[in-house]
Amino acid sequence: MQAVIQATIEFVKQYWAPLVCSVAIVAILPLVAGYIVLVERKIMADMQARLGPMRVGPHGLLQPIADAVKLLIKEDIIPEEADKLVFWLAPVLSVAAALLAMAGLAIGPAFQIAKDINIGILFVVGISAMGIFGIVLGGWASNSHYSLIGALRSSAQLVSYETAAGMALVCGLLFAGSLNITSIVQAQYDQGIWFGLLAPVAFFTYLVASIAETNRAPFDLPEAESELVAGYMTEFSGFRWSLYFLAEYTNMIVVASVATTLFLGGWLRPFPRTTWLNFLDFLAPLAMIGVGVYCLVRTPKQPSRVQQIFMLAVAGLCFVVALVLVVPLVVPLFNRSLAAAVKPFHDGILGAFWFILKVSLYIYFFMWLRFTLPRYRFDQLMRLGWHFLIPLSIINVLVIGIAMIAGQYFNLTGWALLLTTVPASILALIVALFILASEQKSEPQKTSAAPDSYA
Amino acid sequence: MLDQVIFYTFAAIAVISAILTVTRRNVVHSAVFLITALLATAGIFLQLRAEFLFIVQIILYVGGIMVLFVFVIMLVNLDEAVRQMRFARQKWVALLISLALAAQVGLMFWSSRKMPGQGMPKFAAAPVEMLPPNSEAVAKSLFDTYLLPFEIASVLLLVAMIGAVVMAKKRT
Repeated sequence: MQAVIQATIEFVKQYWAPLVCSVAIVAILPLVAGYIVLVERKIMADMQARLGPMRVGPHGLLQPIADAVKLLIKEDIIPEEADKLVFWLAPVLSVAAALLAMAGLAIGPAFQIAKDINIGILFVVGISAMGIFGIVLGGWASNSHYSLIGALRSSAQLVSYETAAGMALVCGLLFAGSLNITSIVQAQYDQGIWFGLLAPVAFFTYLVASIAETNRAPFDLPEAESELVAGYMTEFSGFRWSLYFLAEYTNMIVVASVATTLFLGGWLRPFPRTTWLNFLDFLAPLAMIGVGVYCLVRTPKQPSRVQQIFMLAVAGLCFVVALVLVVPLVVPLFNRSLAAAVKPFHDGILGAFWFILKVSLYIYFFMWLRFTLPRYRFDQLMRLGWHFLIPLSIINVLVIGIAMIAGQYFNLTGWALLLTTVPASILALIVALFILASEQKSEPQKTSAAPDSYA
Repeated sequence: MLDQVIFYTFAAIAVISAILTVTRRNVVHSAVFLITALLATAGIFLQLRAEFLFIVQIILYVGGIMVLFVFVIMLVNLDEAVRQMRFARQKWVALLISLALAAQVGLMFWSSRKMPGQGMPKFAAAPVEMLPPNSEAVAKSLFDTYLLPFEIASVLLLVAMIGAVVMAKKRT
């Protein structure tokens, strides 16, 4: 007994930082997901020339909290014929896989739960792929046709797009030479160029595949509301439904983070080695101050006293964040001796800022696509995956490998490596398009595709 | 100490869910328990500091093969499958073969007991500093030491894959 207690104390002593971090992530992510939903609704409203949620809080800023309260007090319905155990398990599996994958990610050089694991990015991809069981089992357990068809579509879609995404990752990893997240970002720092620029086709493939993997429009066929009610989520309500929702948005953050780490330079600012661009670091606090000032200016225009106070609070929060961001930047300017002491904070905070900025832009791109493109038909989706993206990604790995060998032969590094990789990427694209065209020629389009109930 | 706690926890989960896999009546429940067993095995790999094996186990078995399993199960009419007899009749043959296998494993442990440094395997993991980076070590042994067997296995798998595609195409 004594030994067990001793071991537990040792464990806590050694791992308190990751433990605190993981509790923080689990506690904060639902809030973040809620606000992503609010931002999404606002962007949708903006693109459709509407105002979006405006009632709860100023400009609808408290809407996510109202939604969460509504979801939590909603009646929890389990269908009579459902398989109770699996019905209970499925949403939990979904959300657990998504949250566990967050453990491997590094938000800036300082914030990482599983520090420096050797398999890094493979861990994130592999664990987040397990979320598919939540969808499939949930669809099956509901004992409903809409749910089952949604689940089948979802598993077919995920299995086919995972190949393309994996091949795109291989392409990026060729440049990095390591699976470890810190090493990947360090490699981009050493090369002085983002791998997304070196392998544009791989980045494009990963972008498309990641949209398909997170079941987002235009690939949101598993929950196509015009044909399947809500797909695998049809029978879920209240808290269980919100777990699925949380899993979906967490998965979005995960794929965006993987893409950012591997293709967009992770926590590095643009052009990390160019010293005259150092002023870019000041953009972070300046942006926060700008938002704060805007909130202050808008405060008198709010209709009620409560909303005015809330607006002031938001402005204050912005100023506090700006202060936190600006202190590690300004201190070394006045006091050289403190520079070394402040450096880890400086790197950690600014790295987190750039990382979160890139992830947000990636997610914004997801939303932009969602409100711009119509939904694909299922056979179109499968054709895009199997006849275009998978050949493209495989050929791309091949030619990028050859391009890297050629680059080594001519001693090209950094930006000069573009001389070999860009023609290689264009070659891969042309060959893949040629394959697509030749297959369409050999298989003329059927005029009336038979409705395949499971497709 | 902690290593042993982790090992026995995962081992217990693996064994119990493996037993449940074969005794459940519902196929989907069996699949869920099989996934649990595979995950517990992956956990033991991780406890032995074989992180590459851990993630490969999860990506291939859990994320790949089991997804296809579940996908096929969904297409089967379960109500009919439940009514069918679950166990084949060659119970005694199966028992005999599994006993022979168990005897073989036991014999291996028993005979290796006297060899220096062999004996019953201890499930304490090696310290981290002693191990080379795991994925690099696997890559070295696959593409360097055992390149030829690896290539032969790849060609075999490729042949099997092409064969499967050809057979599937013939039907239509």
